[in-house]
Amino acid sequence: MQESNLEKILENQKLRKSVVCLTNIDTAEEIILLKGESSKIENLDLEISQCIRFDISKLVTINSKNYFIDVYNPPLKLIIIGAVHIAQYLVDFAQNLSFDCKLIDPREGFANKERFPNTEIYNNWPDEVMESMDIDNRTAIVTLTHDPKIDDVALDFVLKKDCFYIGSLGSKKTHAARIERMSAKFSDEDIQKIHGPIGIDIGARSPSEIALSIISEIILSLRK
Amino acid sequence: MLSDDIDVINIANNWKKNGKKVALATVIQTWGSAPRGVGSKLVIDQDGNFEGSVSGGCVEGAVINEAMELFDGGTPKVLEFGVSNEMAWEVGLACGGTIKIYISELN
Repeated sequence: MQESNLEKILENQKLRKSVVCLTNIDTAEEIILLKGESSKIENLDLEISQCIRFDISKLVTINSKNYFIDVYNPPLKLIIIGAVHIAQYLVDFAQNLSFDCKLIDPREGFANKERFPNTEIYNNWPDEVMESMDIDNRTAIVTLTHDPKIDDVALDFVLKKDCFYIGSLGSKKTHAARIERMSAKFSDEDIQKIHGPIGIDIGARSPSEIALSIISEIILSLRK
Repeated sequence: MLSDDIDVINIANNWKKNGKKVALATVIQTWGSAPRGVGSKLVIDQDGNFEGSVSGGCVEGAVINEAMELFDGGTPKVLEFGVSNEMAWEVGLACGGTIKIYISELN
């Protein structure tokens, strides 16, 4: 691979843009294509757009030439509402899985650099900052305050977006109350997008175990 | 593309910036039950240091040897690995799959 192409891939990762590295593996010729850019090779562009869409890399043969389509989609993003104890472990798990984590909590006592040394922190109400976060189909959202004043504001915003996972902490009772509040504003189909009670059932008890069940559910939603 | 493979790309970039010769190997095709999917990456430097993976540790040694040949003036190539014959101690995959790997030097 050319060093300049590798730099382009990394640069576009930072810009959250999808690129493909297209290599003719017989000649070792390669080019970087931005999403939507044409390869100028007949019948290849459709394959490329499908690879980007389904996040898969693939070897294709066209007119006896072998091309490897290597997809580099933007990093996954996790937006956490509520800088609570569970969030400290969730950030750790998610960062190990290379999620780009953003933490929102207007309460500075909870969301601060001492408690979250390596996290991007927003001491704002969710609706003040979420518009600027480019929520897309590679974004997961988790609400952890179980305070409707904070969580509902975030849910109101993300239910209109195309993120791949929404989860809200709270008991069955809390979640039932949440659904009731939301049903005044959203359709049943929309409300069903919220995973609640959050996490897959592994019998989690401690904050770290609950964080593990949440991150597992996020990966499950992404891959299955 | 998985985030683990982006980590490998970042390492390749850092090693190259530090003046090392660097080769990048990528799984380009699999058949049967291959341990790592298409797009999986292994980066190797001139001293034989490596990060990432293209199998479950079964063929990495052979791929590292190929990288050394690249550093000695070889050209990019496609490697293919199939099922190992345990009796013959040959390099291969115990899982029964077959994989094709493309390896080239970063330049």
